[in-house]
Amino acid sequence: MAVSVRQVEDEALHVIKTDRHPEDEILRKDRLPHIWCPGCGIGVAVTAYIEALKRSDIPREQHVVVSGIGCTGRVAGYVNLDSYHTTHGRAIPFATGLAIANPELEVTVFSGDGDLFAIGGNHIIHAARRNVDLNVICVNNFNYGMTGGQFGPTTPEEAKTTTTPYGNVEDGFNLPYLAAASGAVYVARWTSLHFRPLRDAILRAFQKRGLTFIEVVSPCPTSFGRPNELGEGLDEMEWYRLSCVIDHDADLREIGLSMRKDSHIVVGNFVDVERPEFLERYERVIQRAQGQRSAAQEVGPESKRDQAQAQGGAA
Amino acid sequence: MRKLLAPEGVDREAVLAGEHFMTGDDACAEGAIAAGCRFYAGYPITPSSEIAERMAKRLPQVGGVYIQMEDELASMAAIIGASCAGAKAMTATSGPGFSLMQENIGLAFMMEAPCVVVDVQRGGPSTGLPTLLGQSDMMQARFGSHGDYAVIAYAPASPQEMFDLTVKAFNMAERFRTPVLVMADELVGHMSERVVIDPDKIEIERRPRPEAKPAEGARILPFGANGRGENGVPPMPLAGEGYRVHFTGLTHDERGYPQIDPETQERMIRRKIRKIWDHRDEIVEYEEVELDDAPIVLVAYGSTARAALRALRLARERGLRVGMLRLITAWPFPGRKVEELKDRELIVPEVNAGQMAREVERWARKPVHRVNRLGGAPIAPEEILQKIEEVA
Ligand SMILES: Cc1ncc(C[n+]2csc(CCOP(=O)(O)OP(=O)(O)O)c2C)c(N)n1
Ligand code: SF4
Ligand SMILES: [Mg+2]
Repeated sequence: MAVSVRQVEDEALHVIKTDRHPEDEILRKDRLPHIWCPGCGIGVAVTAYIEALKRSDIPREQHVVVSGIGCTGRVAGYVNLDSYHTTHGRAIPFATGLAIANPELEVTVFSGDGDLFAIGGNHIIHAARRNVDLNVICVNNFNYGMTGGQFGPTTPEEAKTTTTPYGNVEDGFNLPYLAAASGAVYVARWTSLHFRPLRDAILRAFQKRGLTFIEVVSPCPTSFGRPNELGEGLDEMEWYRLSCVIDHDADLREIGLSMRKDSHIVVGNFVDVERPEFLERYERVIQRAQGQRSAAQEVGPESKRDQAQAQGGAA
Repeated sequence: MRKLLAPEGVDREAVLAGEHFMTGDDACAEGAIAAGCRFYAGYPITPSSEIAERMAKRLPQVGGVYIQMEDELASMAAIIGASCAGAKAMTATSGPGFSLMQENIGLAFMMEAPCVVVDVQRGGPSTGLPTLLGQSDMMQARFGSHGDYAVIAYAPASPQEMFDLTVKAFNMAERFRTPVLVMADELVGHMSERVVIDPDKIEIERRPRPEAKPAEGARILPFGANGRGENGVPPMPLAGEGYRVHFTGLTHDERGYPQIDPETQERMIRRKIRKIWDHRDEIVEYEEVELDDAPIVLVAYGSTARAALRALRLARERGLRVGMLRLITAWPFPGRKVEELKDRELIVPEVNAGQMAREVERWARKPVHRVNRLGGAPIAPEEILQKIEEVA
């Protein structure tokens, strides 16, 4: 969704004129200041989400944020929306329960690479396979930021972390490839430098029915940037500027990240396909079950179904 | 697409009224449907799988959703999520799955999210005896999740009770905004008996809900009862209603905001425990059988209580005055009742190495007589009778 220069200027003026922070109404002001370090990329992802939310035509009270545990997991605590901060790894199944019990909700899971792909790795592939109507935003900072910078499921080979003092011997996951292979209907990767494309990707995710996945490559200067020669947050953003290649048609097998200074980061909106969402298909089950039951009870299927729908609440 | 909001009262269309011959597992599923459960998330495991199978068949008939998750961690998390959106939600499992659910049972306690967890116990530890009886998760039911918490756990002894106590479990979960456990066992789950389902006798409770309408600026306190609200249970706002709530597993204040300090820990965790503990007289249930004149009392629960009852009859035929205290709630434990019996000889038969016997001893303040099996087969009435004769 393109935004005109004029609009951007207006927004900027608004800030200057009112000394109100533009995200005030969507942040829980009474919870600020937040816990994130200077130069951390999580804040940019949150701002992109909030800006997408402002442009979304889904009513504000239907937007829900669910997080797991970690620095990124704290996002749920700062947005002034119905928000659920769950257990480590379980944001997606928790969100699955929310989304199925109330299909009007626009549920966004905001969590870290460790939360979503190590301890919670089993859930994301199954949620994608089922195509539950969830938006998953993963802030990938290549380590467990919250617990002091240990390596995780996306840490590249050779990277230094507090538990790979001699360099990592494992390969990191290539997240867009994994999400696409698992069945996500929308897959994108941007970095915390790419504020507008990220915001627009999130907006697109709101529009899609089914599981969408957005990776946000982010600096964690405190635990990953410094030991891996990426420097402070701004240095890492500068490197993103130089090394990112936008390629929406990239071969997903080829876009794994080494995070070495001499490498490229391929970003883009890679997958945007249609596939019926879980509840859409489950509706079939409900129709069949109610048809069978009414046949068994020798009640006209029409009247029976109407009754069942009346009792089941909103259509 | 429909919302799975819990029905207001008894949904007569959905209840399988009548007299049936059915297994305990099936009766449990019917109890859930009758109580208004419209969301089930689970992962199959013997001897509880029949509950999942019946829910898969029955839920879509009544406009509900059965979802088979990838594991029990996910199942438990999913029912809490569904509960936060207003559904009555349940999962069922057995020992290995119950272990996997423990962390999130703690989350349900912390978030004060009503939900029901059924454990059809088999022999453990580990994979143990997948198809055979056990009662060895009774202490895990009480202490399985980390941290200090309180829990409500029922121990059904018949298919009829699998129905009745599942309904009750939902009611207590809603009344107290808390997870409730149904600690069944393989024998009760798989036996078939008469089950009477009478919609006129079913009571439906719903969680306390905020009265104030959500308005910009006007906030409610989703965790704020602090002993003053009805039953010390704060009203529960649901996702999507506009209250903009925050629920977290971190220690939090009345607003739900994380507050990591010893004072909040004392205030909030104590309130969550006390809302159950202070109402234990209202929650605790037991059955007394010929207690009055009995110097010897059997304390039993679940399927073992049936063997105990038979032993009691055989003993009485032989002129031995034996009574029974049958636990219907294992937790909270009927401690005061056991205290009253402290001058009797107490025999605790159970299919484990002596789990509830410890709790009986704690309240009776003396050692009790035990009859144990570590699982695989029920304790025979004769084994209990033999112990009675030893003690007499
Ligand atoms: C069951 C469990 N195991 C371990 C932890 C400790 N823990 C908290 S956050 C975290 C890692 C988070 O990493 P990630 O998801 O990448 O988030 P980040 O902090 O990097 O944003 C770990 C291991 C926990 N809270 N729960
Ligand atoms: S440790 Fe890393 S991820 Fe966590 S707040 Fe600091 S910079 Fe961000
Ligand atoms: Mg991380």
